Amino acid sequence: MSGFDLKIWFVILVLGIGTYLIRWSFLGAIGNRAIPEWAARALRYTPVAVLPAIAAPLVVWPAATEGQTDPVRLTAAAVTLGVGLLTRNTLLAIVAGLITLFGMLYLSA
Amino acid sequence: MLTPDQRRALARSPAQCLRHGFVQSLPFILVLVPFGLLFGVLSAEAGLDLAQVMGFSVLVLAGASQFTAVQLLTDHAPTVIILLSALAVNLRMAMYSASLVPWLGDATPRQRGLVAYLLIDQTYALSIQHFENNPRLRMDQRLAYFAGTAICACVPWLIASALGFQLGRAIPESWALDFALPITFLAMVAPMLRSPAHIAAAGVSIIAALVFTVLPSGLGILLAAPLAMATGAIVEKRMERLKGELK
Repeated sequence: MSGFDLKIWFVILVLGIGTYLIRWSFLGAIGNRAIPEWAARALRYTPVAVLPAIAAPLVVWPAATEGQTDPVRLTAAAVTLGVGLLTRNTLLAIVAGLITLFGMLYLSA
Repeated sequence: MLTPDQRRALARSPAQCLRHGFVQSLPFILVLVPFGLLFGVLSAEAGLDLAQVMGFSVLVLAGASQFTAVQLLTDHAPTVIILLSALAVNLRMAMYSASLVPWLGDATPRQRGLVAYLLIDQTYALSIQHFENNPRLRMDQRLAYFAGTAICACVPWLIASALGFQLGRAIPESWALDFALPITFLAMVAPMLRSPAHIAAAGVSIIAALVFTVLPSGLGILLAAPLAMATGAIVEKRMERLKGELK
């Protein structure tokens, strides 16, 4: 097994156990104690705090263009965001973004 | 007084509750299957083998964090950073766990352990709604309903991940699939931007992540995420106070 394989399996196992413990936390161990207000407030924002932070650098400096900002990819990202905001539908937004991406790549090729 | 719907829910046998949960969960298949396929495809591109793809989908069973981990593995980010980022995506599930305690807290430890494993966005959203609408359900009815939603949501996710892996190996490298992940994440975030607090949190997250790209791979996310969470919490609190003063 290569070092990369080991790293992947390590991530899978620890992430699996950690995620399980998060889900089990209150149901399994903490029981009826209420979650503190400040914590509940912050937890509400975890997805909107983490996912854009991962996406933003990939949009602005894509790996496929070796980090050169790419108008095609920027447009596709904007269309995805726009359709997602307007329709509140994740799947439609993905489809619109991918069509824009592949359409513009095809036209510019 | 009970509504006809509530009376019908109370009269269901556990097997009927399971079927009911299963049927109500069916629309989610439309979302979970494409996501699962995409996870398999991107994992294949990242160089994972089938066992590893299934390892993720069975042991982690949390889409957004699986995507996060695979993306950061591709970037060769340090293991600690991969784990912290992917776990941060799942922190919201602590909230799900807490809000189910009034409904499932009296189940046996083994039942609660199993519920915890299957606690994903979809099973949680359906179950909490069903329990709150039908507060007089017995424990066996609640658990059976939850099991129904879980079978319907989780099995297609596993199958789609495996199919996606096979698909990913068939797709030529020249396709711009590198960009499927940022598109997926943007598409997941956009519908969540419901309030000024959510928008502020996402804005800070983006700006901070772009500024922090000067730091070693992945570290930027770990700094951007808490900043954005704090922003969301602070803006929410401000808005509440503002609303209170207007009244």
